[in-house]
Amino acid sequence: MSRGGSLLRVENLVTAFDTEAGEVRAVDGVSFSVGRGETLGIVGESGCGKTVTALSIVRLLPRPAASILGGSVIFEDEDLAAAPIDRLHAIRGDRISMIFQEPMTALNPVHRIGRQIMESLRLHRNLADTEALQLTIEMLDKVGIPSPEVRVSEYPHQLSGGMRQRVMIAMALICDPTLIIADEPTTALDVTIQAQILELLQKMQDDSGTSIIMITHDLGVIAETCDNVVVMYAGRVAEQGSVEDIFNSPRHPYTKGLLASIPRLTTPRKSRLTTIEGMVPALTDMPDGCRFNNRCPHADEHCATVYPEIDDAGDGHLVACHKWQRLEHAS
Amino acid sequence: MNEALLELDGLKVYFPVKGGVLLRARAENKAVDGVSIRIEKGETLGLVGESGCGKSTLGKAVVRLLEPTAGKVRFDGRDISHISRRQMKPIRRDVQMIFQDPAESLNSRHTVGSLIGEAFEIHGIGEPDWRKRRVVELLEQVGLPAAAADKFPFEFSGGQRQRIGIARAIALEPKLVVCDEPVSALDVSIQSQILNLLLDLQEQMGLSYLFIAHDLAVVKHISDRIAIMYLGQLMEVGGADEVYAHPKHPYTRALIAAIPEPDPSRRHRAKEVLEGDVPSPINPPSGCVFHTRCPSAARRCETDKPLLRDVIASDRVAHQVACHFDLQAGQRESVR
Repeated sequence: MSRGGSLLRVENLVTAFDTEAGEVRAVDGVSFSVGRGETLGIVGESGCGKTVTALSIVRLLPRPAASILGGSVIFEDEDLAAAPIDRLHAIRGDRISMIFQEPMTALNPVHRIGRQIMESLRLHRNLADTEALQLTIEMLDKVGIPSPEVRVSEYPHQLSGGMRQRVMIAMALICDPTLIIADEPTTALDVTIQAQILELLQKMQDDSGTSIIMITHDLGVIAETCDNVVVMYAGRVAEQGSVEDIFNSPRHPYTKGLLASIPRLTTPRKSRLTTIEGMVPALTDMPDGCRFNNRCPHADEHCATVYPEIDDAGDGHLVACHKWQRLEHAS
Repeated sequence: MNEALLELDGLKVYFPVKGGVLLRARAENKAVDGVSIRIEKGETLGLVGESGCGKSTLGKAVVRLLEPTAGKVRFDGRDISHISRRQMKPIRRDVQMIFQDPAESLNSRHTVGSLIGEAFEIHGIGEPDWRKRRVVELLEQVGLPAAAADKFPFEFSGGQRQRIGIARAIALEPKLVVCDEPVSALDVSIQSQILNLLLDLQEQMGLSYLFIAHDLAVVKHISDRIAIMYLGQLMEVGGADEVYAHPKHPYTRALIAAIPEPDPSRRHRAKEVLEGDVPSPINPPSGCVFHTRCPSAARRCETDKPLLRDVIASDRVAHQVACHFDLQAGQRESVR
């Protein structure tokens, strides 16, 4: 499934929140792996657990409310889920870095952007200030910020949204990480700026061979940037496979429904769109059996009682559905 | 030509930019800068543009939540650009608005029933019993159970709250509904439910929509005609399929090329990525406002402002473009 061996292997991850309604599993038995140089997309609707999965990998979960209850996160042969937190301090920003959706909230408004980018160099590389500054200016130039020697001493509010996201990318790349986790990196941006940022991420990946986990709700962004895709629904993996598998021959009724519900170039204007009836169940009120059963057009009693095991539909195309084979024959 | 329900004629909405010790107006934010367009009865006009292009300001001027700085807003043949609140009140029955975030536009202290029924009270329509029955009818019309009337907005999901917002907007059986990004805060599977609902209501009630959004694929799906806006001005107007299939303005082309398509085989298509950011509407570029980012700008574009002019359309819907140049269809990817 991956080029050049796996860099990250998440196995049976369970992350739960302690709430008034009791223990709520936001991520419930999720497994996937990311190869070196690969871009893995995690796609799903709000509340499906995609962000919690990402935060679990780097152990940035809100404490004490959330905790990892089970599973492992093997990154470069080390289990991050079980590692002491000091190890995570050493790894975050150095080997694994993150890009968040809203750079205005992720950047500190009272520090100059140069200082914020240099912070990880100071922490992880022990460089002299002049050297760190030089590297920072070079990195700003690489991410396409004009006159970087001036911009380096500006504050986040002085930059546009697109420029701030470029700063975030510079920050993420400064220590040359092997894995970048990008959580909705272009959702807050306009389409023309989104195209710029996606192009930049692609270029940076081509240059450095970094692996990327791209978390988004936008199937277009996934199709445009990812090698492999994990489709999540209600805290579990519904389907995963190569981007071609997922888009050209989706097997899970949820994936099929999602793909059918987006208006495209070719959809006749003003025609009725296919919908997935109902809505995502609340985490506190999960249905028994397959979590999609109350919205699935093909569900039967078996689906409502037994959770489907993950099944290999060939070539690492994994589907968690009791009926995918029968549906395949029917269509 | 069919009857126009709404006509905008050279509409301008400027906001003063205050500064200095005395907070005197120092400059003007030209949010909407001379827009002329019409919406016919039963038609959906899609208005597309990136953040800050003035599309929401335009929508607010249409429902007179803002007063135009210059130009005219004519609704059903009547000039409503500068009429008073009291004069506007009866017209509000005919012009309604749906907002992006129903969580913010619905008062959380009122039950859904009273939120929807409020309009009847304000306009003194019907008896209490009739109002109650009508609220239930409206809830059913937008796909919510009658029991929703006694609940509060926070008890509903985003998609359901948008349904409540829609029920409110159609309660008075308006002629025009201004939809400001009605689906952009919703998940994909819910988005299509709401789009279908809007289409159904249009068919049942003969509504006209001004559909404002940044997502061109969604706008194309629901609209009859599309207007593309950039820095307060219209760049292109035409039939929805035509604008999408044969865009004439370089900005429209770039916008369409920038949309990530949910189809991995299209990943390696030639992409025209626009450089730079949208300039500030406080100090917009001279000449054509798009010239600073236009891949095919010439010297003339820096000085002469192009006016909307008619171009030949294959679908016989008037197609207008504000560009000095004619870009051929075959040039679509190669123009630089």
